[in-house]
Amino acid sequence: MKDTRCARIFPWKGGAMAFKEIELNMGPQHPSTHGVLRLKLRVDNEVVLGIEPVIGYLHRGMEKLWESLTYTQIVPLTDRLDYLAAVSNNFAFVLAVEKLMGLEIPQRGQYIRVILAELQRLASHLAGVGFMANDVGAMSVLLYSFEIREDILDIFESYAGGRLTIHGIRLGGVPFDLDGEIIAMIWKALADIPRKVRDIEGLLNENRIWKHRTEGVGIISADQALDYGLTGPALRASGISWDMRKDIPYSSYQDFAFDVPVRSGSDVNDRYLVRMEEIRQSIRIVTQALDRLPPGEFQAQVPRSPKIPPGEVFHSIEAPKGELGFYIKSNGTDKPERVKMKSPSFINLQSLELMSKGNLFSDVVGILGSLDIVLGEIDK
Amino acid sequence: MPGKRTPSNSGEDLTSDGGRHPFLLTKLDRWIAWSQKNSLWPFGSGLACCAIEMIATAAARYDISRFGMELFRASPRQADLFIIAGTVTNKMAPVIRRLWEQMADPKWVVAMGNCAVSGGPFPTYSVLQGVDKVVPVDVYVAGCPPTPQGLLHGLLTLQEKIARSHPTKDIFNSDARRID
Amino acid sequence: MLEELTDVPALNKAYRSLEEIFGDFLLGVSFEKKELSVRIKSDGLLSILRHLKSALGFNALNDIIGLDNLRSKAEGAKRFSLLYQLYAFPGFVRLRLVLDVDENEPVPSAAPVFQSANWAEREIFDMFGIRFSGHPDLRRIYMPEEYEGHPLRKDFPLEGRSDGV
Repeated sequence: MKDTRCARIFPWKGGAMAFKEIELNMGPQHPSTHGVLRLKLRVDNEVVLGIEPVIGYLHRGMEKLWESLTYTQIVPLTDRLDYLAAVSNNFAFVLAVEKLMGLEIPQRGQYIRVILAELQRLASHLAGVGFMANDVGAMSVLLYSFEIREDILDIFESYAGGRLTIHGIRLGGVPFDLDGEIIAMIWKALADIPRKVRDIEGLLNENRIWKHRTEGVGIISADQALDYGLTGPALRASGISWDMRKDIPYSSYQDFAFDVPVRSGSDVNDRYLVRMEEIRQSIRIVTQALDRLPPGEFQAQVPRSPKIPPGEVFHSIEAPKGELGFYIKSNGTDKPERVKMKSPSFINLQSLELMSKGNLFSDVVGILGSLDIVLGEIDK
Repeated sequence: MPGKRTPSNSGEDLTSDGGRHPFLLTKLDRWIAWSQKNSLWPFGSGLACCAIEMIATAAARYDISRFGMELFRASPRQADLFIIAGTVTNKMAPVIRRLWEQMADPKWVVAMGNCAVSGGPFPTYSVLQGVDKVVPVDVYVAGCPPTPQGLLHGLLTLQEKIARSHPTKDIFNSDARRID
Repeated sequence: MLEELTDVPALNKAYRSLEEIFGDFLLGVSFEKKELSVRIKSDGLLSILRHLKSALGFNALNDIIGLDNLRSKAEGAKRFSLLYQLYAFPGFVRLRLVLDVDENEPVPSAAPVFQSANWAEREIFDMFGIRFSGHPDLRRIYMPEEYEGHPLRKDFPLEGRSDGV
């Protein structure tokens, strides 16, 4: 009888379990696949031998659509890419366009952008942690984290009118100024959120079941992670302190003091802890930005439909999911020649197979949750 | 009031008995419709951004369970309300159809969000321009994404539609079953 | 060229090293908007990538971008371009390699050098129809397997063709 890994995990009385290869299909409709993702699993009884993700169920043809829209029209559509962190997509795109145009944004506009982006990072990480916990079985954490998210979505609704896809960062700056009422809402949220986040940590951090299900699961070494192109909290949990906000600062991030959490265990629990620490660091950044918000203009003068001289540019930012980049090639008109989005979840998903091999197939859901993928971004 | 309403879930305006329905059956209708509409079990097909607003509707603040819809089932076999939330692509369309066929009667479909209603902002080669091309839809909820209040309004509209329906016609007269 | 091309020492060092070792594969270089683009021949791709990864610290392939130059190219020029966006960590510099490819001309796959090239090349095959030789599993990634046509080509209509799916 083959001495498989499964046999070593489950030594039944009378000998090891026989090797039996089964092909399982997860999705595209599945409560835990974070969207329409199909996973073809090859398992030996319970142990994963291989995973083949099948994507494309949400391919909306965005890149082709963008070639027939003006730059201003593309910005709200980028919201729909990573819909859990819509503002960061706007941010990456407009930074790339402004780099191509050579446009300078006034200081106040840059600071407001940082505030919006970090609030969005809070919302995205809360949702990510909530979904990860829900997949592993801790359903209350999802409800807790969505309740905290509602505070932030209230701020967005007062600011831009929308909760989820808010079109909050536009070409030239931000659409509206932060008035006293919104600033008061942000201060109140910043005071409440740490206490509520401690509730979640109290539920999960020292929880024996959580630790049993997440420690030692889904490990990937630092070299493999870089080779597979992994970015974001999953990479920082493998010991590599890659954060575009520190490495190639954009939009005045160099003015703020914050730490980049790095852990070296690179398992699911480490990725969860990195995200929780990033939530605290985001609160720190927003506090500093609000304290030092400079007076002045919050948007630069940009024509309604800018014509951009021919050129090409690639710019990337640190989105909550990883390094989000846009390549734009312009041809002198107001519509781009080519826009390509470098999507962090698309690249992160490739390492799912490596992380899951040898683990039980009920761990696949936890590993997928720790990668925090968004299908809108993967499929474009 | 029972009696003179046009049935909303059969393919014809008037029934063969001249639009009138026996008194006891109309009482039974109202009772069955009441219990159906207050205990819908959604099968949330969360495809894209609208899925997040659907989950927010089910979360603590916009509690959907006060309308009886707390139990989001993962399997279509156990659900009777199919909420299609998000963009349906051509690759996903046969899957949506198959899931709908797996649901048992009586079933209702809510198309949530502009993409499910009519393709949304994506007139492209890979997006199905409206999910009603593959499944019959009862309520269309517009928005990109609709706020939780919008989705709840759509679900309450569906509840009103169910209240107006005549379930006994499906039970006792199988020819009047919904045509798809 | 020995004069300083850019104001970033790491990029200058990288370019000089490429020039020394792979001089005949280099077709051109440009530095615009603070980004260095090096145009190379496709047969030198794998050895240049390996050298950049092992000796010059460009250990992350951010993305591979495909371009269809159907409407903007000069007479006789090749139809497609492939851009390899590389990043050095730590080092924090970016470099772009540009390859010009014709229709039906196969390109060596970068998957043996960078694992992150795997799906990026599948995407380009799906969207443009460029084939990568040596790719472990070259098939469509977004569109269904039996789809005909390559959507991001400039002569493919946005609404699609009715015989597509």
